Parts: sequence; C-alpha cells; structure tokens
Amino acid sequence: MAERRAHSTGATRSVLLRGGTVVDHTGSREADVLIVGDRVSEVGTVDSPPAGTLVLDVGGCVVGPGLVDLHTHLRQPGREEAETVETGARAASLGGFTAVVAMPNTEPTLDSAEAVRTVFDLAADVTAEVAVAGAITVGRAGERLAPMAELAGLGVRLFTDDGSGVQSAGLMRRALEYATGLGVTLAQHCEDATLAADGAMHEGAWSSRLGIPGMPAVAEEVMVARDLALVRATGARMHFLHLSTAGSVELVRRAKAEGLAVTAEAAPHHFTLTDACAAGYDPVFKVNPPLRPVSDVEAVKAGLADGTIDAIATDHAPHAPETKDLPFDQAPPGMLGLQTALSLAVTELDLPIGRILALMSWQPASICGLDADHGGNQGGPVVPGSVANLCVVDPAATWVVDATALASRSRNSPYAGRKLTGRVRHTVFRGEPVVIDGEAQR
Amino acid sequence: MSPFPANLLSMDDLDTEGIGEVLAVADSFVEVGRRANPKVPALRGRTVATLFFEDSTRTRMSFETAAKRMSADVLSFAAGSSSLKKGESLRDTIETIEAIGIDAVIIRHASSGVPARVAGWVEHCSVINAGDGWHQHPTQALLDLYTVRQALGGGDAGLTRFEGLSVLIVGDIRHSRVARSQVTGYAALGAEVTLVAPATLLPPSLEGWPIAGVSHRLDDVLEKADVVSLLRVQSERGSGAFVPTLREYTAGFGLTARRAALLQPGAVILHPGPMVRGVEIASDVAELPASLITEQVSNGVAVRMAVLFLLLGQGPIEGAHRG
Repeated sequence: MAERRAHSTGATRSVLLRGGTVVDHTGSREADVLIVGDRVSEVGTVDSPPAGTLVLDVGGCVVGPGLVDLHTHLRQPGREEAETVETGARAASLGGFTAVVAMPNTEPTLDSAEAVRTVFDLAADVTAEVAVAGAITVGRAGERLAPMAELAGLGVRLFTDDGSGVQSAGLMRRALEYATGLGVTLAQHCEDATLAADGAMHEGAWSSRLGIPGMPAVAEEVMVARDLALVRATGARMHFLHLSTAGSVELVRRAKAEGLAVTAEAAPHHFTLTDACAAGYDPVFKVNPPLRPVSDVEAVKAGLADGTIDAIATDHAPHAPETKDLPFDQAPPGMLGLQTALSLAVTELDLPIGRILALMSWQPASICGLDADHGGNQGGPVVPGSVANLCVVDPAATWVVDATALASRSRNSPYAGRKLTGRVRHTVFRGEPVVIDGEAQR
Repeated sequence: MSPFPANLLSMDDLDTEGIGEVLAVADSFVEVGRRANPKVPALRGRTVATLFFEDSTRTRMSFETAAKRMSADVLSFAAGSSSLKKGESLRDTIETIEAIGIDAVIIRHASSGVPARVAGWVEHCSVINAGDGWHQHPTQALLDLYTVRQALGGGDAGLTRFEGLSVLIVGDIRHSRVARSQVTGYAALGAEVTLVAPATLLPPSLEGWPIAGVSHRLDDVLEKADVVSLLRVQSERGSGAFVPTLREYTAGFGLTARRAALLQPGAVILHPGPMVRGVEIASDVAELPASLITEQVSNGVAVRMAVLFLLLGQGPIEGAHRG
C-alpha cells in the first residue's frame, strides 16, 4: 500500500495496463493502455513506459470505460449510519464504477441548491464522480415543483422523486413541460400509490400464501403507461427507473418503436431474484419495486438483450442492520448493489461483455449527461487524450459474495454466499488507480 | 411416525399424522379439563413465555391456561405494538427473553412472518405461532379440526369422516390468518374446502391452494355444506374499500336465520371469534345447537395443551400420554 501510495505523490503518476483487451463503444482491440496524470496517454503497444510507472498485468482482462450507475442511494446527508458519500463511492470503485448518480431522497431532500452543494462538497475528494439527481417536487411530496432551473444551473441533469412516483398526472405534465426548456431529463419511479397501497412484496401467489400485503404489477404499469402518454403529449424526454414487470418492458418497447424519446433501466435484482425469495420473511429480499415472478425476470432479461432497456442501474440502497431486523412489512425496502452489479450481469445475462459495458457504461453515461457529448468524461471512448476513467474486468474470475466484507456501511446484500463469475480487478478514476487487484486503495 | 416438529409456525409444519397426533393427545387433556383439579405435572419445571405484540385476550388466556394446567411456569411479556417504537428491536427483545431461560415462546404479532424470523434467531427454545398478520394461526385451525372431529363422533372414527367433507370458509379470507391455517388443515384430512367471499376479500392469487373451489354466492353452496366456518369481517373492510357497506356484506354472505334454515341436518357452524353478531352471523344463529362456537373455545385449551406437550413434554404423564 505504501509503495503504491508513492506513485500518487511523485511528479506525474503513470500507470500501464498491459496485455488486456480494450472494449468501448467503438469496438474491441488488444492493446496496452498507458495513463499519465489524469489522462489516457497511449493505447496500443507500449514498450517503454516512463520511469516509475505502475505496471499492472491485465492479460485475459477487459479494459473498458468506467461503469456509470444511474441509481445510487448514498444516504448522505441524513442517514450516515447506513452509508456516506465516501463509503458509497468506495463501494462504487470496487464495483468498477467511476461515476454514480446520487438519488435525492436524503434528509433533507436534494431539492435545493444548498442541499445539492452539500453533496458536491462531500464528494469533492472521493473515489468516484458523484452526479446528483434533483427532486422533481419539493420534499418529494408531489405537490409543487422543485427549483429545477436553479439546480440545472449547478449541473443537475436528471430529476426524480425516486422512492415514489409523482402521483399527480397534472403536476407531472407541468414538470415534463418545464424540463424541456432546461435540457434536463425527468426520471420516474413508476408506482401508483393507490394500487401499491401498503404492499411489501409483489402481489401474487407468494404474497397470497405468505400473508404479506402485495403490490401488483399494474401499480407500476399504469404509471409507465400514463407517463408515456404524457411524453407523447409534451414531447419531453423521459427515463424510466428500475423497470420490473413484463408489462412495463413491453410498454417501453412499443414506445421506442413509435419513436418516443424514452430510456429505461433495470436493476440487477430484477433479473436475478424472484418473489419466492420472500418465503423466509427475510427483509434483505424486500425492495421496491419488489422482486417479481420468473416470467417478469425473463422479460427484463429480454428487454436488456433487445435494447428496450438501455441501462443496468444498481438502485444501491443501504440500510442499517437493525432496520432489516424489523418484520418484513415494516422493514425499509432496498438492497446493496454497487459491488455485485457487474458480476451479476456477467453471470446471469447471456450477453457479450461489450453489450454489458454498453448497458453499464456509455449508455447510462449518455442518459445522465456525463458522457463526452454532454461535456463530461465518462463512458469512454478509451483513446489518447481522454480522461482516464476505466475499469478492468476479469470476465472468468469467480468469487463468493461476503456481505460483511463489502465496503458499504450496511450489510443488506441479498447475494451473501452466492458464487459469481466476473470480477472487477482494477478501477482507475481520473488517472488514479483507486482499486488494484480488488482492493480499495483509499 | 415422523418426529413432531421443533416449532409450530404454520399448519404446513404438520403432516396428516402430526395433526392426528395433536388431536389424539388433546383427547387426554379434554379429560383432564373435566377433573375437579384440572392440573397435571407434565411440564413442571418448564417455562413458557407468551409474547403478544398484538392485543388478544382470548388466545393469550387460552395458551396461559393450557400452560398452567400442565404446571409450566408462565412468563407474560406485555408488548404493545408501541414497545418496538421505543427503540428496542424485536430481535433484541427476543434475545433478552431467551436469555432469561425459557423453553417455548408463544408469539402473536400483527406482521406476517415474525414467528418464522424469531425461530431463526433463537437457539434453544421452541416457537409457537399464536397468529401472525394475515399468515397463519395454526392452533386455531387445530382446535377447529378437533371440534369438528368431536361433532363427527370423535376419535379415529371421527377423523376418517373428514374425507370428502364439504367445508365452507366464508368471509374475509384475504386478511385472515385463520383461513390460511384452516385450508391447509382441512385439506390435509381430506375435506373439500370451498372459499366463499366477494372477490375483493379473496387473496389475490389462489395458486397452489388445496381447495375444491371458490364461490361468490353463499346461497349457491350452503345446502351441501357439512361445515360452515365463518370469519369476522372487520368494520373497516365494510367502509367502501372492500365491500360497499357491512349491510351489503351481510345481505350476500351473512349467516342469517333464513340461510341457517337451509343447512342440511348435522351441518355445523364454527366461528373463531370474536364474532360480530348481525354482520357475519345472526345472533339467533350463534345460539343454535349446530353452532359449536362455545365448544371451540373450551377445546382450545386442550388442543394448546397438546401442542405444548408434544413440543416440550417428555414421556408419559398422569392422565395423558402421547398418542
């Protein structure tokens, strides 16, 4: 550790990723990647790196643009016992992410310039870029619009009341219209509150047997359908958060065929776990939207495969252990996701690594405006002169998830004990190797 | 015979033999209950704790009476649902109580699954579910089965008469832990269960439920019934969200005197209580000879004695023996 630290204190740090396969949206090639300072310096055969270069052998690995998570709950300010910007960013780095979008359901809500600046300040020296999603409505109460223009002026590109959906169609219409003038994107957590009611899991055979109040699939689908109609009417752009049902995927598929400017994401737990997981009443399997039956899981996978769903987003939602010891219906929903997302995609999706990186790097970077087209430097391509935000993945490595060994402050991973294929070996953030051989460097 | 389970969390924990064993042992304890001194030393030196996180005087008294009649020491943990809100977690509460040194915890909780979670947390004691949320209330189902078996002649002969018996479970099945336990129990003994309710008071899915059918009209199925088991309809369900009014519910699903007159001879009426007279059952009907509601309550003690004995007891005891 001390030796590696020395690299960051020299005149100019340099790192050589030797012998890997570079994959970005332009394609794939065998190449070494030399990083000098915060930039990619050379991509090709690098025989003589500068003296003092940290050389990492990445034979058999994929070197891609860093992953971008559209959906991270960092919990700060307000719930520091569950996560902080620093610990969340470390978990992100270990998961191969070089950027995350922090959700606004903090305490206070990220609905003011002051609150947004608080997060940016906390993120100034952490190991990943932290973008902020602002709230659509003040306090996420669904009653009046948050100062979206002011927040957009601070660089906020995505707005959502995530945790709940904007219930009023009239207010959502106004929000979409207002957003079109600001060049920002609204993102919806689709859940009709009257249909979801007090549901704590998917409404179906398992909820009926277990006696747990259910949230029906239509609670999500009616809001997807409503918002698609509003997008059609307003011409606004919109992103759908964590689609979880076959009906939602099909609605978005048709909307895209129609040419509507919509994008969508899916969370790893919605393509890897089912509602049967609730059978033991362990709230580690409680999440919102809830885990669904196999038919929905298959539909989400199909949506990821055919391009209906543009991004895999973690919905990383840390909760302190004592809250997950509550009865199932009282425990808060949410699960950790940053450190397992890529491995779950490699393990469970029958997609080439280039497609997985598209879903986890450049496509989400574009949706949240962190890519080069929007003046950012996430999502690649890996070319000389670009800012070195990179992840190195060993697609063949296997590992077993140990929830107690995760970097998050919380332990609520539903994958504890699960053997996964594909592991993040190194993560480079702005030229700094923040993860080396699976170990966080700070 | 498979060993009796370590915990009684759900009727799914008992196979047909296990149910038969509980009912057979309960026979002995019914006899004990008739004695001048209805007490046996079967659980002397054992300690059971009742943890009722949801108010229930009836079930709690039944369990505590059962434990005391078997000479167990009884700890009564009075937990309003607010106690958890004061800061102590459920898990800490359970671990504290187990550390006191007890042999069984009897838990009632408004949330489904709590007894199952507790069973995973404790190391040494048995867990008995005294009703969890909408999920299960296994001792209620067992005492219902005992009561019906008694009406069918009792003993092994009575048990065999469950085969093909037509059982109606009528009312708010969606929100009923009693119904979920009853369905499993009756089906295990070979009865044909029909659920009778407006569609809004049925579970969203009945996939995998061992039932013969569903009816939305009580009048259509009443005449062939052998057992009519009514469920309480909570007044808030009749406030417009599930059924328009309680009056409308009663018109369609209440066991009125007119409907009771349609029952075939020998048919019996059960209700787990507390009943709302005038809603799911007419007051006069509750007093009919066919109504076994009082028997259910008195049998409840013997059935709970049997469950405690099978979970905690060892060897033969005075006046009671393992079936």
